[in-house]
Amino acid sequence: AHDFRSTGDDSKDTELRFVTFQSLWNQIKSETEQIQEDLNKQLLDNLVSFLSRSHSEFQEKTTEWTCRMKFREIPTAALVLGVNVTDHDLTFRGLSDVLQDNITPYVALLEAKDCPGIKNLMQKLMGQLMNCDIDVDSLEDEDCVQVSQSRIRCSMSSLISWYESVTKKTDSETPSKKRNSSSRHWHSPPVVVIFKDMESFTTKVLQDFIVISSQHIHELPLVLIFGIATSPMIIHRLLPHSVSSLLCIELFQSLSCKEHLSTIIDKLLLTSRFPFKLGEKVLQVLINIFLYHDFSVQNFIKGFQLCVVEHFYSQPLSVLCCQLVDIKKRVYSLSHDQCENIRRLPSFRRYVEKQESGKQIELLTNDSFLKEETEKLLEDLHVYHENYVSILRCLHVFTSSLPKYPLGKQIRELHCACLENRVWETDEYESSLQLARMLNKTDLVTMLQQCVEILMSSSGKEFDKTVEKLKEFLTQFQNLEAEASQERDVSVSSQKELQKKTDLYHLQKTLLELKESRRSKKLTKFEMLRFEVVDYIDSLVRKYLIPADDRTLHEIVYFNAAAVLRGRLNAAPRTALHTALNNPHCYLKNQALKCDGGGISNKAPDICIVYKLHLECGRLINLVDWLEAFSTVVMAAEEPNADAASSDQVDDIIHARFIRAVSELELLGFIKPSKQKTDHVARLTWGGC
Amino acid sequence: ASELAQTPEQNVAPDHSKCPEKMAKTPQSSSKSCDSKKKEFVSTTPYRLRKRLAAPDPDLESESEYSASCSEEEEEEDQKEVSTVLSGQKTPAKTQAASTPPPRNSLAKKNKEQKMGNLVEEYFEAHSSSKVLTSDRTLQKLRKKRLNQQTLHDLLKNAPLAYAAEIRDLNQQHESLFSKWMLQLHLGFNIVLYGLGSKRDLLEKFRTSLLQDSVHLVVNGYFPSITVRSILNSITEEVLDHIGTFRSPLDQLEFIAKRFKEDSSLELYVLIHNLDSQMLRGERSQQILAQLSSLPSIYLIASIDHINAPLMWDQAKLSLYNWLWYETTTFNPYVEETSYENSLLVQQSGSLALSSLMHVLHSLTLNARGIFRLLAQHQLEKKDNPSYPGLSFQDFYQQCREAFLVNSDLTLRAQLTEFRDHKLIRTKRGADGVEYLLIPVDDSTLTDFLEKEDEHV
Repeated sequence: AHDFRSTGDDSKDTELRFVTFQSLWNQIKSETEQIQEDLNKQLLDNLVSFLSRSHSEFQEKTTEWTCRMKFREIPTAALVLGVNVTDHDLTFRGLSDVLQDNITPYVALLEAKDCPGIKNLMQKLMGQLMNCDIDVDSLEDEDCVQVSQSRIRCSMSSLISWYESVTKKTDSETPSKKRNSSSRHWHSPPVVVIFKDMESFTTKVLQDFIVISSQHIHELPLVLIFGIATSPMIIHRLLPHSVSSLLCIELFQSLSCKEHLSTIIDKLLLTSRFPFKLGEKVLQVLINIFLYHDFSVQNFIKGFQLCVVEHFYSQPLSVLCCQLVDIKKRVYSLSHDQCENIRRLPSFRRYVEKQESGKQIELLTNDSFLKEETEKLLEDLHVYHENYVSILRCLHVFTSSLPKYPLGKQIRELHCACLENRVWETDEYESSLQLARMLNKTDLVTMLQQCVEILMSSSGKEFDKTVEKLKEFLTQFQNLEAEASQERDVSVSSQKELQKKTDLYHLQKTLLELKESRRSKKLTKFEMLRFEVVDYIDSLVRKYLIPADDRTLHEIVYFNAAAVLRGRLNAAPRTALHTALNNPHCYLKNQALKCDGGGISNKAPDICIVYKLHLECGRLINLVDWLEAFSTVVMAAEEPNADAASSDQVDDIIHARFIRAVSELELLGFIKPSKQKTDHVARLTWGGC
Repeated sequence: ASELAQTPEQNVAPDHSKCPEKMAKTPQSSSKSCDSKKKEFVSTTPYRLRKRLAAPDPDLESESEYSASCSEEEEEEDQKEVSTVLSGQKTPAKTQAASTPPPRNSLAKKNKEQKMGNLVEEYFEAHSSSKVLTSDRTLQKLRKKRLNQQTLHDLLKNAPLAYAAEIRDLNQQHESLFSKWMLQLHLGFNIVLYGLGSKRDLLEKFRTSLLQDSVHLVVNGYFPSITVRSILNSITEEVLDHIGTFRSPLDQLEFIAKRFKEDSSLELYVLIHNLDSQMLRGERSQQILAQLSSLPSIYLIASIDHINAPLMWDQAKLSLYNWLWYETTTFNPYVEETSYENSLLVQQSGSLALSSLMHVLHSLTLNARGIFRLLAQHQLEKKDNPSYPGLSFQDFYQQCREAFLVNSDLTLRAQLTEFRDHKLIRTKRGADGVEYLLIPVDDSTLTDFLEKEDEHV
């Protein structure tokens, strides 16, 4: 907590800020974990049922099993998890926990980097299995199991004998124990081996392992699980037919990471549960990192965490970023400094300017008045959020079904658009309204129904009227139906007329007439109603989807420092290095370094000059010439006064400076010594950084 | 200054005579078959080492590919311009400035594209031929002697650091971030610092100001003999007080993880200077360090300098490291970091090797010294041959017999084993299975050695 203190405020506030931050973050974290669990639940359930199936066959030793035994097929689950490999760990951990709880104590997780050869694989496998065995019945007599793993010869036969001894023991030796354990596991639980990253295993190892274990499948009920990042095809790519025919593969597909992200955004951002909000740019940065860099939901959450930290650390007023119930207390305990901080907020200043002069003075001078006002404004802000989210969802219902999705398919895109600026002023919104005016009735009705549901379920109080209005629309549509049936008769009759006339001229004529009449004809009732609905939605949007930047005091709950975030998560070290070398003035604020265009001043730090000179060279650089050029530049920069007496010494110093600069460039990886020619170095970079 | 700026051009002259015939083989020149007599290759100045193709034929419009096709006059003008610019207190603006195509077909609009194109072109131009055009001057011909590490150090200490005030300002800015770093470390992030300049002092300051009371480990990654194992060892031995060895780093890591998990009061700050150093940049080392850093009560703060350092990490490692990046450009000289580097310009390995050579040789028998001399002389004779594989064992044996140094190939082999144990020679098996012997010392040292030997005898 003490780390927060440096911002220089009184310690009470910082402490409170830290506590607020921690509780908020813990909430968010548990929420994300919950989401993850829920999303994986289906997958895990499927897997568990698969495992218990494969296992029961071994149990019962039915004919089916024996016939399968003849074929020596190993039951295998291929788990397609997607390219975001870093998120898989969590899934696997959940999986092994579930398995250990429900199916079998014998679960081994293998990673490719631990298993360069079959021997390592066996070692790792046995180590994990025997350890977990010790964990399970740690209270039992340990003499026979406690053989140090290094002394056991790691082979399939020793594994089998171990398995037999363990299962026998649970069967016979400890009947009491057995009842306990058999409530969770069956008599001879399968041995589950999980290959976390199947693609990175060497094919030889995998093949060998599969072939060997298939020989022993009747003694050891083995089940394999392959974690696959790319596509199930990879199994056949890695394993020849002779090997893959030993497997009985079932495919499981996990939820795509994009859906996962959508759920996370939905549950974390588009809710009024958490007082903390992300600004448009920040959200954009996070989403871009996700989409263009790693597809990792974990990283997204990490970025979100960073946002929370940064916000609470850098914004002293973030103490007010708390649940609604606490606001009152916190506002009234604000110190004078904090009140000044509020007055300094740009959005608050804008707000003050709009007030009449008497109130302005009060706001700017009277702390307690300011506090009252602040509380009111914060409550307004809270209400705004609630309304915002509901209306946003309603709007999304409309826009997500339009052709070509002018406002984006996902709700996050719509959210960004709304946060960025007044969405109703954008062209995309205009075109989507136009498209909405062409929706057919059934779609429109279902959408309205969805909107009603959303608004009913939202906690905002203002929506009673809106809901009523929407319901009214719905009944009107129903009424229309009755009328429409009559209208249909008319149109049918006209069509019949059309069919009667067969010659081309008349056909053309009637068509033209029809067109004319349609153009001039008054809008049908349905069309009128449709216009009304769309206009109403439009009015809702204009009322509620005001961008957050326009709200007073938005700085307190919105985190907007996108540049900071980008710098922390998505840094560009090469660019920074390049800038420092090319344009030292960016960092060292000295007039002498100021330069125009591409060149740099000859007073720049040595390494910059040396770097510049090296850019002009080809693949190899002659050190002597380089030194010469350097000393020319440097000498020109220095005052030509002491050239006679101490020139030798100066030379030495320049020489030394050159050496230092060159070895620094070598450290930075721009050059390396070359053996091609004496006293030459090779250049390693080309083009811009 | 102007005199100095002129010298390179004078130096070019001897090169001219050799270059054309060498270059005639390059693919570029052969494909451009206009008038071979008119083609000339110019410029080997240090300022623009790229070779130019002089194509005075205006019909040749394919030259957009070779944007730098100026005639010789222009070339010379360019050079003058460069040198005047130089003496006029400016470094030549940019590579592109010199290599933009002649004005007749240059459009201002295209300039930017061409800049980009030029960069690509430069690359291929530089790599198109195996021969490189640079002047043949060597440091040995320079009247200055190579400096050794100590004098270099002294000289630099006397030289004033430019822009000290600005650098101090810059560093102060970074220092204001310390408490933030602490907070973020505690929240499970690890911190990596990048940017030009040594970040050693900054980290050191961070350590002295905030970590005095906590357990911390400083790793000097730039140290040439640092290994992951030594890092892990210092954790297990000095932080965890564990005596005993481990079979593999992975075991050790597991042990550390277990201990830290058991004892939640245990906290460790690890500061690594130059996480991207030669010794630590390997895949396995990084994997282990990443796993180490992912332990919740180990806080890692590290610095990187190499431009390609981020390439060490794939997604898996990045997520283990959980980095927050901080740009800390300090402009401080890399004093410590480069002091272990084997720079071409610093004479350190040479003197060391020479003295060790002398030492070892003096403890050997006269015959053994003779054998070594033979090998050394042979190697010096062949020093102009870059693909000299070494002296084959059979030839060597023949020569030694003729000099009455050995009487059977067994004695020679015994002798060679001794040399090899002292790292005086290296053996290499050639493609034909013949054993070749080589002294892994540069030629100048070898010459010095032979001279000294002669004095001795």
